[in-house]
Amino acid sequence: MPEANVRHRPAVAMALSLLFAGLGQLYNRRYIKGLLFIVIEASFLITFYNFLNIGLWGLVTLGEIPMLDHSIFLLIQGLVSVIIIAFAAALHIANIIDARNDARRRQRGEPFPSLLESCRNAWDKGFPYIFVTPGLVMLLFIVVLPLLFMVSLAFTDYNLYHSPPRHLLNWVGFENFKNLVSIPIWKSTFFSVLAWTIVWTVVATTMQIALGLFLALLVNDPRIKFKRFIRTVLILPWAVPAFVTILVFAAMFNDKFGAINREVLSLFGLSIPWMTDPFWTKVALILIQTWLGFPFVFALFTGVLQSISRDWYEAADIDGATRWQKFRSITLPHVLYATAPLLIMQYAGNFNNFNIIYLFNDGGPAVRGQNAGGTDILISWVYDLTFTTNNYNMAAAISLIIGLIVSGFAIYQFRRTRSFKEEGNI
Amino acid sequence: MNRKWKSRVEVALIYLFIAFMFVVIAYPLLWTISMSLNPGTSLYSASLIPEKWTFEHYKWLFTSPQSDYLLWYKNSLFVAAANAVLSVLFTALIAYAFSRYKFVGRKTGLYLFLVLQMFPSLMAMVAIYILLNMLHLLDSLWGLILIYVGGQIPFNAWLVKGYFDTIPRELDEAARIDGAGHFGVFFRIMLPLAKPILAVVALFNFMAPFTDFLLPSIVLRDPDKFTLAVGLFNFISDRFANNFTRFAAGSILIAAPIAIVFLFLQRYLISGLTAGGTKG
Repeated sequence: MPEANVRHRPAVAMALSLLFAGLGQLYNRRYIKGLLFIVIEASFLITFYNFLNIGLWGLVTLGEIPMLDHSIFLLIQGLVSVIIIAFAAALHIANIIDARNDARRRQRGEPFPSLLESCRNAWDKGFPYIFVTPGLVMLLFIVVLPLLFMVSLAFTDYNLYHSPPRHLLNWVGFENFKNLVSIPIWKSTFFSVLAWTIVWTVVATTMQIALGLFLALLVNDPRIKFKRFIRTVLILPWAVPAFVTILVFAAMFNDKFGAINREVLSLFGLSIPWMTDPFWTKVALILIQTWLGFPFVFALFTGVLQSISRDWYEAADIDGATRWQKFRSITLPHVLYATAPLLIMQYAGNFNNFNIIYLFNDGGPAVRGQNAGGTDILISWVYDLTFTTNNYNMAAAISLIIGLIVSGFAIYQFRRTRSFKEEGNI
Repeated sequence: MNRKWKSRVEVALIYLFIAFMFVVIAYPLLWTISMSLNPGTSLYSASLIPEKWTFEHYKWLFTSPQSDYLLWYKNSLFVAAANAVLSVLFTALIAYAFSRYKFVGRKTGLYLFLVLQMFPSLMAMVAIYILLNMLHLLDSLWGLILIYVGGQIPFNAWLVKGYFDTIPRELDEAARIDGAGHFGVFFRIMLPLAKPILAVVALFNFMAPFTDFLLPSIVLRDPDKFTLAVGLFNFISDRFANNFTRFAAGSILIAAPIAIVFLFLQRYLISGLTAGGTKG
């Protein structure tokens, strides 16, 4: 049984552990633990010192000798270094807290857990980390690191004429963002693409939600028979892979030999330039997205409608409510409350609906005086800038703007979820 | 009498509108089927009701020595199966920890997932390309799987966590009293009870590689390694009208099985989504 030792100072243990992991534990006379920590920190430093050193140097300078230093690889190594350091810092802080706790215990003269007990303790406390780590590591490298990389590119001068290994990249601050709103061609393109992106998101999404809601109400009517069959057919557009249907529609809307002009509109003596006139391409895109998107909303609303209690409507009938009043005050609030987050996700999804824009007409038709196609939305413009014209820096800057807008949607979701208290119990 | 008549007109109008929707839905689908049965390869000469029905395009896909269709099907199945299994595994582990344990960084992690699922993976394509290049995983199916599994975590971890939260804690407490450890509770209580949502996650991730074409078209270079979506897209991307009938035939063979599975399971998809969405 150790005795209380008032002269034992937690502050000293913490300072020692801050200096090098394990020293504080040695001061606490936890020799095995201390040695273990020292070995871990030492091997970490030996393994990673060079990597981190070069990485941080690369992140700051982006290389110094053209052809020899590859700015992009240095940038990635730098970002990886930052992630590793963040991890190490978290572990180091845990080590300092551990030193403090042990020191306090020694100060008060409490017994230490045996090795076996502390092992079991570590297993219980550390268990969630063990579960989370594999997925977290993947997430960090596959999702977070690429996003950080993209954010960094937005502040460099990386483009076709300025690309490694021949040239080194430079940090240029907010230059790209300034150019985006001041150089005429970028400015006019950016604002026209942004405007269309917003119109596209609002109109296409609202139409698919409205149609989905309308159909769900119609099919839910008690007088309608064959409900199961009708619902199955109405969900078909969702079930067929979107990339197939979009390509099929692209063929059907073909100006010259597409079925729409040849077989449907010819009945009325019409021929519409679906693929060559930006306005009609936009109309076609919105129609197609409505076709693709309404079944999900329809299925969602159908589920909610069936769960609304009959009592509400009976009470309303007794009060002599009209059908519109019942819809306004009973159906709509129920439906919207249950599905709001998913509907918001629909808007966010269409805001970044790259597939339909790219597959239908590749953002075209081309428009004079701007470097994006007539129907390009921000995300498909980013794709073009990246893979066709190699304007990586501008693409990254626009991505960052997309990210800011998308965060707006995310904040909305936050506020909804905050009302739900979720707590672990172990 | 008047009221009854009015109701009848209403019902008739509803049926009329539904019939109109049926036509709008069926037209492109039937059109695709009829294209695939048209002789010749061009969109121009093809017609909605072919003069001569033919299965030559289907035959070509399976028997022609120039056709890689079966290979693409095999690649897609491989990626889909690996993606489904690994995604369920990683997601369930994370969701369990986030649903049942208290640990440092838990709240931050949840918010991180919420934010990350909003960001389209397209924004990170350049970096993903460079990373895979560094790891020598470019032009490899495993590289593709890795990206899929990592990318689905934010959305699905949230979904599965929401479902785990609905499983009463009394169950795992009882199991703990009976001596079950962390793994015991996970494997014997949580996983069996969460089967419906895990099936949804598996299905989502199984179907994704069949329908996604963007990521594989960036990662895969060698036609031997193509997945179906990339391969089919190449039928029509360079010479548009030329191989459309063949594209139609190939697409139907993907779309039909997916649509059938989907129609059978859509009820579970919806309930899974609403459970995860509203419980958050």
